Amino acid sequence: MKVWLRMARTIDGLNERMGRLAGWLTLAMVLIGAYNAVVRYLGRFFETNLSSNVYIELQWYLFSLVFLLGAAYTFRRGAHVRVDLLYGRLDERGKAWVDLVGTLVMMLPFTIFCLWVSWPSVRNSWAVREVSPDPGGLARYPIKSMILVAFVLLIAQGISELIQRIAVLRGLHTQPSTDDDQGESHQGAAV
Amino acid sequence: MSGDWLGPVMFVVAFVLIFSGYPVAFALGGTALGFAALGVQFGYFDWLLLYAMPERIFGVMSNYVLLAVPFFIFMGTMLEKARLAEDLLRTIGKLFGPLRGGLALAVVFVGALLAAATGVVGASVVAMGMISLPVMQRYGYSTELSTGVISASGTLGQIIPPSVVLVVLADQLGISVGDLFIGSLIPGLMLAGLYAAYVVAVAVVKPEAAPPLPLEERDIPLRELMRQVALVMVPPLVLILLVLGSIFAGIATPTEAGALGAVGAMLLAIAHRRLTWKNLEATLDETVKLTSMVVFLLIGSTAFALVFRGLNGDLWIEDLLTNLPGGKIGLLIVANLAIFILGFFIDFFEIAFIIIPLIAPAARLLGIDMVWFGVMVGMNLQTSFLTPPFGFALFYLRGVAPKEIKTEQIYRGALPFIAIQLLGLLLIILFPQLVTGLLD
Repeated sequence: MKVWLRMARTIDGLNERMGRLAGWLTLAMVLIGAYNAVVRYLGRFFETNLSSNVYIELQWYLFSLVFLLGAAYTFRRGAHVRVDLLYGRLDERGKAWVDLVGTLVMMLPFTIFCLWVSWPSVRNSWAVREVSPDPGGLARYPIKSMILVAFVLLIAQGISELIQRIAVLRGLHTQPSTDDDQGESHQGAAV
Repeated sequence: MSGDWLGPVMFVVAFVLIFSGYPVAFALGGTALGFAALGVQFGYFDWLLLYAMPERIFGVMSNYVLLAVPFFIFMGTMLEKARLAEDLLRTIGKLFGPLRGGLALAVVFVGALLAAATGVVGASVVAMGMISLPVMQRYGYSTELSTGVISASGTLGQIIPPSVVLVVLADQLGISVGDLFIGSLIPGLMLAGLYAAYVVAVAVVKPEAAPPLPLEERDIPLRELMRQVALVMVPPLVLILLVLGSIFAGIATPTEAGALGAVGAMLLAIAHRRLTWKNLEATLDETVKLTSMVVFLLIGSTAFALVFRGLNGDLWIEDLLTNLPGGKIGLLIVANLAIFILGFFIDFFEIAFIIIPLIAPAARLLGIDMVWFGVMVGMNLQTSFLTPPFGFALFYLRGVAPKEIKTEQIYRGALPFIAIQLLGLLLIILFPQLVTGLLD
């Protein structure tokens, strides 16, 4: 079990770093988004097109990276929205059971399936070295590959959660990984 | 054996699994996968349909409208971390306090202003619960009035543009975000106006429920206070002007306006000397988590919809909804009731991603104006979030209210505001021009 828990900690550490990386990418996305807005406005003012497809596409590439790299981190932090009407009333062990079974029969099958079904389309994109149809646009195959990365990270995080829930049920591990405040799962409604 | 029953059963199972408390995105994805396998077993579902998944995921990645979501989340969170709500409440409270019912009016006013500037419901309920509620308690405001006005004003963030939920709703209804923003402006302001009217009515009829504050509470001269009020009003007003103004004037798309608003929020935080490293990191972290949550919820819902459609579940729902007795009215009643009740348990994003795509085609078939429909859905959910015992706004307030305040008092306080909400809903149903008027 010790070895397993060490592995879980390694995965957690990796996704924590991914989360932080996604944070800085968010800042870049905000700045580039604002730059694009200003440039398009100025372009209309001077009656020339100052916008470049590179920056316009970079903006949604960054958006994609934010949630593709951030999803596993969000999972680790327990910030994917739950309906905690019943869950909120369960004790530590009850919660561990819901998470264990859910991860095993829903989360892992779904993420493994998404990885598997995305593989051919990404391979195809590499084979033809797919690029944006717009002039000056960016290459598509790197960002499409990130879909695979996202699901690999999620699968890894799913495995880490499994290990930690089993540890909780065996009474080995009391500190839950969802160390965010309880209100987190309701934050979705808050925006 | 035919597989007609698979669609309806899938619908029920998805809800049961969502209620297990497992993260909704993956509960939906898991359900989709399970029922795809069942459908294949019964020869009722084509496995190849699932190969549309990567294209759908890529579609979400390159969706220009959804790109606005992290921008608005960033803007709202940044302003929350910069403690804009606190500044506003303290100064506006001091200004209005000496009037009868003045503190409650300040809450409505600040709620509406914050709603337009940030759209973060939780943040405004929490801020008002921590700052205004103790003052109202100390000077003898009725507990019901105080808690009711705080939770209700907190929900305005849903309906007053720009709000993240309206962006998502517009995307799901296939209408322009700008149109939905314009359409919801008057209904949102109307609700704030009705809240204020109710507060004034209480202050007149039951003066002891909303007493004026002694003038000594204003610890600074009026002239100085006015200067502070002007100062704290600048940030939200600048942002509203920047974001809503540029969208309504047709200068910027909602996505562009969101990006400008996010940078604007940062500049305002700098101007108030509150853009610390800690605030910035917390804002980025929150934005990553909420954005990933929303997008993966959409991906899970997409998988659900793909399989549900493959099992002809969408035809079943459409058939059900278009053949209701009463046609249009029947549909509106059923849709409103369903959304209202679901709003107790699942939040706006789940409803927007799972329920709206099921109802919208039927509504369109019956010739309902989709912008109007979107505003109605928004207002309905806002009501739902205010309704005991499950309303989200009441939960937030319970979290920060002192223990002496009973949960029943919070529930009772919400009742008159629920009545106001229903009046508002009735008004936009009777006078659709309230929504569509500005659009023509």
